[in-house]
Parts: sequence; structure tokens; C-alpha cells
Amino acid sequence: MELSRRTLLAGALAAPFAGLAGCDARSSPPIRGTIIGPNRTVGHRLRDGWRPMVPDGAWEEVDVVIVGGGVAGLAAARELRQQGCERFVVLELELEVGGTSRAGSVGGFGCPWGAHYLPLPQAHQTDLIEFLKEIGVVTHVAADGTPSVPEEALCRDPEERLWVDGRWMEGLYPFTGASDDDRRQWDEFLHEMAKWAAFRDDDGHPAFAIPSRLCSADERVLELDRLSFADWLDGLGYTSLRLRWVADYCCRDDYGLPASSVSAWAGVFYFASRWNGSEAQPLLTWPEGNGFLVRKLGEPLADRLRCGWAVASIVPTGGSGPCEVTAVDVASDAAHGWRAKRIIFAAPQFLAPYLIAGFRNDARRMEAAGQFTYGSWLVANVALRDRPRETGFPLAWDNVPYESNSLGYVVATHQLGRDFGPTVLTWYEPWHGDDARKVRRELEELSWNEGAARVLADLTRMHPDIEPLIESIDLMKWGHAMISPVVGFREGAARSIAAESWQGILFANTDLSGLALFEEAFDHGQRAAREVIEQLAASQDRRG
Amino acid sequence: MEADSGVEEPTSAPVPMNRAPLFLLYLNVLVIATCGLIYELLAGTLASYVLGDSVTQFSLVIGVYLSALGVGAWLSGFITRGLARCFIEVELGVALIGGASAPLLFLTFALADWFAPMLYGIVFAIGTLVGLELPLLMRILKSHLDFNDLVARVLAFDYIGALVASILFPLLLVPRLGLVRTSLVFGLLNAAVALWGTWLLRPLLSERGLGGLRGRSILVAGLLVVGLIKADSLTHFAEEQLFTNPVVHAETTHYQRIVVTQSTESFQLFLNGNLQFNSADEYRYHEALVHPPMLSAERHERVLVLGGGDGLGVREVLRYPSVKAVTLVDIDPAMTELSAKFPPLAELNGGSLSDPRVTVVNDDAMLWLERSESLFDVVLIDFPDPNTFSLGKLYTTRFYRLLRRRLTDQAVVSLQCTSPLVAPKSYWCILKTLESAGFYVRPYHASVPSFGDWGFALATIQPRPIPRTIPDELAASLRFLDNEALPALFAMSRDLAPVEVEINRLDNQALVRYYEAEWDRWN
Ligand SMILES: Cc1cc2nc3c(=O)[nH]c(=O)nc-3n(C[C@H](O)[C@H](O)[C@H](O)COP(=O)(O)OP(=O)(O)OC[C@H]3O[C@@H](n4cnc5c(N)ncnc54)[C@H](O)[C@@H]3O)c2cc1C
Repeated sequence: MELSRRTLLAGALAAPFAGLAGCDARSSPPIRGTIIGPNRTVGHRLRDGWRPMVPDGAWEEVDVVIVGGGVAGLAAARELRQQGCERFVVLELELEVGGTSRAGSVGGFGCPWGAHYLPLPQAHQTDLIEFLKEIGVVTHVAADGTPSVPEEALCRDPEERLWVDGRWMEGLYPFTGASDDDRRQWDEFLHEMAKWAAFRDDDGHPAFAIPSRLCSADERVLELDRLSFADWLDGLGYTSLRLRWVADYCCRDDYGLPASSVSAWAGVFYFASRWNGSEAQPLLTWPEGNGFLVRKLGEPLADRLRCGWAVASIVPTGGSGPCEVTAVDVASDAAHGWRAKRIIFAAPQFLAPYLIAGFRNDARRMEAAGQFTYGSWLVANVALRDRPRETGFPLAWDNVPYESNSLGYVVATHQLGRDFGPTVLTWYEPWHGDDARKVRRELEELSWNEGAARVLADLTRMHPDIEPLIESIDLMKWGHAMISPVVGFREGAARSIAAESWQGILFANTDLSGLALFEEAFDHGQRAAREVIEQLAASQDRRG
Repeated sequence: MEADSGVEEPTSAPVPMNRAPLFLLYLNVLVIATCGLIYELLAGTLASYVLGDSVTQFSLVIGVYLSALGVGAWLSGFITRGLARCFIEVELGVALIGGASAPLLFLTFALADWFAPMLYGIVFAIGTLVGLELPLLMRILKSHLDFNDLVARVLAFDYIGALVASILFPLLLVPRLGLVRTSLVFGLLNAAVALWGTWLLRPLLSERGLGGLRGRSILVAGLLVVGLIKADSLTHFAEEQLFTNPVVHAETTHYQRIVVTQSTESFQLFLNGNLQFNSADEYRYHEALVHPPMLSAERHERVLVLGGGDGLGVREVLRYPSVKAVTLVDIDPAMTELSAKFPPLAELNGGSLSDPRVTVVNDDAMLWLERSESLFDVVLIDFPDPNTFSLGKLYTTRFYRLLRRRLTDQAVVSLQCTSPLVAPKSYWCILKTLESAGFYVRPYHASVPSFGDWGFALATIQPRPIPRTIPDELAASLRFLDNEALPALFAMSRDLAPVEVEINRLDNQALVRYYEAEWDRWN
């Protein structure tokens, strides 16, 4: 590949004369940055028992209150509107909707703060395809249901590269230096995953599908939920360190946990659910990541979104009357109330005991909610004045360091086709450990200085000259970032119990699937909205 | 210099040197002299290569070097004791600094902003050390030989060394070894002189520190050998081949490395080490790129040129009096600036970029097309070959669809598409991609000696016949095309037949991969 000659020179010379590169001490302005969020103060006050009072006259009557304006809440709202239900509001704690899929803007470039891609849906994902068509991403749907998208919606090639042995190589599997045995195991592994992708149970259901409610409940499939992905790989004799690194990377990438913590079901799901005959589905991505989809979901709903309103309590009335929802304006602490026939709880399950009155008294629900565990993530948006030098394969969309705690970075200007000059790198690091709470506390206590130093150290490994190019490093500390698909969670009862509606409250967050994915959140939101419409219609019928 | 560190030998009473044939001593002088001049030539060449303007660079380097020689000679007067040891230390210094000079300078250029201080610092250091060499050696030998004879011979060998260096350098060293290895090899020669000196001058050296001296000589030689082994990766640089002709302009911009070289008859433009044109035969390329679409189009009032910041395509466009407006979009302001202001280039393109009809836009063509709202009658696409992903995107269906939106119904597009002979898959991939973006496409080609058999394509929204005649007024100003040569462009011989290829899209960048594989085979 042609690279700029400075790069070439630097690359080739840096090896024999590595020591000298360090003399390049340029003075540069200090790196700026802040911790962006998420908003934790309201949550902590509520956890500590704060209960704001709604003044008389500050009550509103609606049909539905949607708690949480993440993808699930927005998908629910979209569905309600499409079904002709107009009397609803979406209450969102943050100043903008999107939850873990929201985007930011740094140095004039849109960039993701969390979710950043969506695999192209398969023909059977009709609802999602319909939405993508609505917003102009899908331009055509073939007779067999296969969607087509213009090439600029797909991730621009080169998609990914790996930093290994001091240089970049294309792809994610570290082929350089791989032994024959490594390659054989890798081929066998891909073969095994293709087998699972093709698996159909006696009723014709696939082993793995998206949304995951379509997955087979066949014993041969559920078996995978009873051991960790790492143990499963051990059992099949996959010992290649390279293969194990890739497997581990993929689990950390999608679930924020290593292969030793996630179930084999989740591990295989990653590889087999988005398989399309012979290869993985191509990826859809946008400069600002899935923030694009959030914007497209949110824009037509703007009149129904209440951002900066933290739900403080939900008081169900046992089906006899409307539920009462209290929320506070995070800016002024002013409280406001909504009386609604139904609630769609699209916030994560772990919040249910804090927000829903009486929930704690339901031992069965509490037990189920207790099974929901979440991993933490540190995400950084790093604004660069200019591009660093490259060694080896040129800049890709996803840039991954081999054997690092971080997952590397995606490049906000990649989809824009802007290949020179300033850019923003979105850097990801899942935080995990034996004790998720302890890890979460450590992340919470991380100062900007410590966080920025961490990001800088990791980036410097891949780009020794990057520091003077960095304008700012902003940090997002996601405490409850993603549901953890640990061993037994998929098959266990907790998920299905948590998904049952409770005294007029329907649940919709992606965590109900045990997988944090756009498709799952979208599906749950839509499902909950459809149930609400049915229930409201039924009660109308009864009355009428 | 460790002139006083543990060196006991007296300087007045002569101590016999080890017996060595005299010619070996003179060989020593010859080697030293050759090395000295080689380092100077290296520095001058490197400076004019990376900084451009070889006249200035060479005279500055020579000036600094000569004055440093004087400083060295003057300093040698202050050394009164331990001449032999000093001489060996100086040799080691020259070996290390001179030997590492080219790689060090390349490295500095690549990694730091202070290339010039480093360059002159190194030149001065080498000059000073080389300036010390001969006076020291002469004073060592003085007591063993007749003085007159000595001065005459040493000076004679010094000049022979300079002659050897100046002949070897351009004829053998640069073309065969390249700059980096030349510098390392001559460093090794200096190290060898030092090591050999520890035997030759053994009686003049004290026992103490002798082992250390030899150890260090071996260490320096070892370092240079390691450098030599590693330097292999450096010799791939296409840039080193640029030295076949002297560099008259060079700059590294945000986007690329621009180098202009000059030979007696013509000059050449290189971007990132790839030849863009040679003034001797560029008219063939640019006439072939521009006149087929201009003659095929019904109107050519508004013309768009994408890439082509050299202004040579625009020169051809401006031959048509009916042209009202030309928009040239080139990403690199330094390139269009150079074409407008650098005399040989501005002369070659006839000042085309300063023509009032021409508007120069510096932007990425793809980003510009996304925003642009104008319509064009003729479009010329003159991008560099698709050898990077950021260039590859300018050859995708996405790009051609964006372009289509900027065309009048009758518009004609022409583009350069690399060599159909060397890179048939790349060539046909571009044409197939155009077709799949909804264009009617005609392949054609022209022979351009500097490039070989070069490929173009004519693309239209409506099918159109190929152009066959050139109006007389125009014909008079052309050097390549006439009524016979024009239709002949469209004859594709059997070895240029279409091949099976994928379409080049943003999400597969098939073209960059074809291009890399095909040109790798030829390089
Ligand atoms: C770092 C990271 C990277 C990811 N990358 C991807 C990816 O590339 N692709 C992908 O498909 N998925 C990815 N995900 C998963 C992502 O979580 C899902 O795609 C999806 O966004 C989940 O949406 P949700 O609505 O179910 O939940 P959430 O996003 O958690 O939404 C819940 C919402 O409820 C709000 N809320 C909470 N408490 C209250 C309250 N008291 N009152 C009002 N509102 C409240 C929150 O502010 C939030 O907006 C990623 C997640 C993270 C953390």
C-alpha cells in the first residue's frame, strides 16, 4: 500500500533507530477535556430515598408514559404513533434521547458515545427493515425480503485492522506469525460457526437469530448456556492463542466481558446470528454511529419527548386506576406528574426496584431483577488536529490493538470520506472483573486526569507521535452499560419473569434479551407498544 | 577527545611505528579522503532531495563543510599529546557520525521539524572531524618520513580520494547502494581504518585503554553493520530512484510529497514518488485525455476537471474558444499553487491556472461533489492511480453516481484509468464500475513513453459515437492527435481485451486491491 513517504520513512527507520524517535519533543498546547456523563446525581439521590412531591395542578393525563428514551423507548413511541395512539410522553433523564446509543459532537464532528454499528438486517427482520426504509437507509426490498442499501450506508472499506508486533495489518485475525496449527484451528472454528448458523431445530427454527426471541429452544442449543464460552472452546480443543484472542476480543466487543465470563450461547450467538449463507452480514454505520438511528427515531417524535426529566417514582394502582408517574426536571428540581393507563418501562431492569412503588415487595420479581448484572465501559472521544503517522496497513474504520485492555478506536470521519486533517477517534474500553460492583465503583471514582492518561497511553502504543496531535479527550463513564450474558442467564427464569408486565407496567429494555443490541432494544420497544395498544383496545371494548 | 586520558607516550622522541608497507599508509589517506567527500556529497544530495532547490542546498552544504574542515585543522593545533590515540578517536567519530548520517537525516526528516539544524549540525561535525584527520596523521608520520615528500604524497592521495568519491558517488553508489547504505558502508570503512590504526600505531599507543579503544572500534563497526542489515527495508523507497535526475523542487504537503526533477531536456513531476508526467511526452497524455471528450461533446461551455492540479489538462481545454468556465478541483493547494507559480510548470501549462475562465477549488473531489450544485458539459478526471484507499474512493460507483448528478444530459466524461496492459483488472474494474453507475463507456488508450500503454475511458449518459475529426483551427495547435490518430485511440488490441472483474464500491474497494496486486507484479 502506498503511504506518505514520511510515514514510510518513519516506519522503516523507527525500527533500527527506535530510540531516537523519543527526542521529538515538540511543545504543544495541553490536552483539554471533561467527563461527559451520564447523569448520576439524580439516580444517586433517588437511591438514597429522595422522593419529590408533585404540586397540585402539575398533573397531566395521558394514555401511556414511556420511561427512558433509549432505543427501546423511542421504538415504543414510534410504534404507538404508527398505531394511532397519540396520548403519550417519553420521559428521559438525560438532556437528549438515545441512551447508550447516543452520539455527541466533538470539534465539529459527530461521533458515537456508545453504539456505533448495526449489521444489515436479514430478510426476516421485516419491522426493522421497514424502519430503515422509512428513514431512507434501505432503498429497495427484493421480493424475497432482502433489503438493499446504497454503498455509502455500508461501512467503507477498509473496515478493520489490527495492531500487532508494532505494525498494522488488515483484518482482525493476527495471521502474521500464525502456525499451521493456528490456521487449521481458525478454519475449523469458522466452520463450526457456519454449522451453527445453518442449524435448524425440528420445527425449523434457527439456533441463533435476531431478534433473539426467534432463537431455537432446542436442548442442543440451550446446552450452550450452561458453560462459559471459554470452557466450550476448551472442550472442543481450540487451544490456539490467536483464536482465543479473537474469541475473547469479540466477547469484550459485543458484551463487555471476556470469553471466560459469557456463556457459550452468547459467544456463538455473536458469530452465528448475523451469518448470511457464506459470510457475516455487512455493517451499516454512520459518522456519529447509531446516534444517527436515534436521531431518525427521535425527530418525528420531538413533540412527545421530555428530555431532562428524571422519573422518580411510578405508583401503580393495581389496575383499578391509572398509574402515577412523578418526574423531576434535572435543571430545576421541579416535579411534575403524569397519570397514565399504561407505563412502558424502557429503562434498565436494575432501576425497577428504585423507581416502581411496591416492586420490592414482590419477592419473585426482586429475585429475577437481582439476576440482571451489568458491565461497565469507559468511552473516550479524542479530537485530533491532524492524523498520526501510520505503520503498515492504513487507517480503517475500526482499529484494534492486539492484546490490550482497550478495544481500540473507530474513526468518526471514516464514513464521511474525509481522509485528511482533523478527526475524532472514539476509543472503547470495557471494564470487567470478578466483582462487577467493585469495578463500577472504580470507574465512578476515575478522575478525568486518570482516564485521559489511560486513553493516551493506549493510543500512544499504536501511534507514538499522537500526543501533540490531541486537542481534547472527553470521557463517558458508563456504569451500567450493558447487560451481561453470563452463564445461565439466557436459559434461566429471571429473564422471562422480568419481561412479564406488572400492574399496568410493561417492560422493554434491551436487557430483557440478555444482549445489548439495537435490534433487541428496537424489538422490545415495538413489542411492548403493541401489547399496550392491544390492552387499551381490550379495555375500550370492555367499557364500550 | 581524550587527549590527556591515560596516554603517556611522549610526542618529541620518535617511537618507531609498526612496520607497514608505505602504500598501506597512503591507502589509509585515500580511504579517509574518499569517505570525507562522500559524506559531503550525501548531505548535499539529501538536502536538495528533501528541501528542494539543489543549488542552494549544495552550496550551503559545501560552505559549511569547508569551513568546518578549517575549524578541524585549527583545532588540531591544540592537540599536543596522544596524537595516535586522538587520530583513532577521530576516526571512530567520523565512522559513527558519517556512517549514520544518511539514515539519521532521513529519520529526522520523517519524525521531526528541525531537519535543517540537524543537517548542518551533522555536516559541521563531520567536517570538523575530517579536518582533524589529516593534520594529525601528518604529524604522526612526520618523524618517520621526509616532510616534503610526506606533504606532497598525502595531499596527492587526498585529491585522488576526492576524485574517487566524486566518480563513485553518482555512477555506482547512489544507483547501486542508495544513500542510506552508502553512508553506512563508508562509515564502516572509517571504522576499519580506526581498528587497523590500533595495530599500525600500536607502538605510539599506551597499553592502558588499548583494549577499550579496540572494543569501541568493534562496537562502532557492529552498529553500522546492524544498520546495514536493517537498511535493506529502506532501499525499497521509490524516492531513492528519483535521484536519477536532480531535484529542483520538493515539498511535503498535508496530502502528499511533491517532487519536481529536471534532466537536460525535460522535467518530471512526482507525487508520493509516482511519476505524474514528464514534460517530454505529457502532451500525448493530455491530448488523449482532453480532446476526445471535448470533440465528442455538443457543448463545452462549462468544463470540470477533477484532480489534474498540474494545469496541463486545463491548458488543452482552453484551446477551445467556446469554453466559458473551467472548474478545477484538486485537493492540494500546494499543488495548484506550484502549477500557477513555479516557472517551468507555469510555462508548460501556459499559465492555464491563472486564466480568468478558470476557478481553482482545493477540496477532496468526493466531498466537493456531494455539495456542488452546478452542471457541467464536459468532465475530465485526472486523479493519481488508485494506490490508496482515499484515492480508491474516487473510482467507486458512489463517486460516479455523485458525478452523474452534476452532468447535463449530453455531457461527456473522460478519465485516466492506469495501464490496461500492466493492470488489466484495474483498468476494466474502473470501466465496469462506470457502467454499473449508469454510464455508456468507451475504452481507449494512447502510448505515452514515460508511462507505457496508457488507458482512458470516455463515459456518457446517452450513447454517443466516438469523435473522428479534429477541426482545422484546433489541429494546428496539437502535437499528437490528428484525424488519423484520433480514431486510432479507440482501437483496442487483443492483449487489451476485457477481463472479469468486480465492481469497485466504497464497501469493498476492489480496485485498490487489484491495483496493488497488478503493479506489485511489475515492480
Ligand atoms: C459502549 C457501548 C457500545 C455499544 N455498541 C453497540 C453497537 O455497536 N451496536 C449495538 O447494536 N449495540 C451497541 N451497544 C448496546 C446498546 O446498549 C443498545 O444498542 C441499545 O442502545 C440499548 O437501548 P435501550 O433503550 O434498551 O437501553 P438504554 O440505552 O440503556 O436506554 C435507557 C434509557 O433510560 C434512561 N433512563 C434511565 N433512568 C431513567 C429515569 N429515572 N428517568 C428517565 N429516564 C431514565 C437512560 O438515560 C437511557 O436513555 C453498545 C452499548 C455500549 C454501552
